[in-house]
Amino acid sequence: MGLTLQFIPYVEIETLSSIGRIRKILNAVKDDKIVLLEGRLKKEEEAELIKVTMEEINADFKGIELAVIYPETTSVDFIKKVKHGVVSLLMGDRSGLTIIGPASIVKEIKKDPNKIQLLTKDAKIKKKSTKKKKKRR
Amino acid sequence: MIKFMKKFVNRIFKNFFKKRKQLKIGLYGPPNGGKTTLANKICQDWLGEDMGLVSNVAHETREIQIKEQINIKSGNKELSFSLVDTPGIATKIDYEDFLKKGIKEKDAKKRAKEATRGVIDSIKWLDKMDIVVVVLDSTKDPYSQVNITIIGNLAARDIPVLIIGNKVDLKKSNLKKIKNAFPQYEVVGISAKKGNNIDKMYEAMFALAE
Repeated sequence: MGLTLQFIPYVEIETLSSIGRIRKILNAVKDDKIVLLEGRLKKEEEAELIKVTMEEINADFKGIELAVIYPETTSVDFIKKVKHGVVSLLMGDRSGLTIIGPASIVKEIKKDPNKIQLLTKDAKIKKKSTKKKKKRR
Repeated sequence: MIKFMKKFVNRIFKNFFKKRKQLKIGLYGPPNGGKTTLANKICQDWLGEDMGLVSNVAHETREIQIKEQINIKSGNKELSFSLVDTPGIATKIDYEDFLKKGIKEKDAKKRAKEATRGVIDSIKWLDKMDIVVVVLDSTKDPYSQVNITIIGNLAARDIPVLIIGNKVDLKKSNLKKIKNAFPQYEVVGISAKKGNNIDKMYEAMFALAE
């Protein structure tokens, strides 16, 4: 089975209300797509996304896997931080990337400072079967 | 500037009302981190009774549990609060995971339904907390988005946070990883089950309440 990735640029959500943004993301995820959102949701919107997800869990929809990859700003100099803060305030927080996938497809998203691992349910099964084959030899 | 003013007004209001109402300390975190085991330890230490049931199966606590009027003492200091044990926050709940733990299908479906409601309640209750103790399993990866979302939401609401790295008695425990993940917060390593380092946790709670 192939995976479908849907890229959502920040311009597509910047004018939407919080619930509008959540709806757009969840609709795509419930359609079995893995959403790559440019930027990130507000902290309160992330919590609201979890809340709405819980309200909609049923026999077909088991929930979501979510990860936000955000550039480390602790080592960035003060002026760059202020600049980033002003830009985020005026134009929204479009730095970083948010990955949201259906839990029925995405088993886990592992974050490392340098890489992202998206483990799908099929990949896990494949990994297990490879191990078994090795043991048989 | 507006954000700063909002935080300032919130803090003034909180301090004003704190003197009149009972302080609420919430235990938050992902499922199976040991929130209820810790709640039981606190209640056993100061009330001589348990707070809730614990289990190896995730989402054992599916409703908000409150224990009123807990008074803890350390030297001359005394802290009186209500302890709120919350259901674990998760982004996915699949009843089939409960089937694998030997729970019957009907009960598994019921448990999953209740667990989803529990997550919603936990998030709703965030605004009611004065202090939050985030309980993380120190044998697990602390960088999960649930942990980051919980702590980020507490910061956005200006609620003081103490992070507990639980299960330090286990070989796989890695407290340093939690400290690296959340360097701006105090992290105390404990074993709620065995009672290791609980005094240090109480001291940190006193410091936050002051």
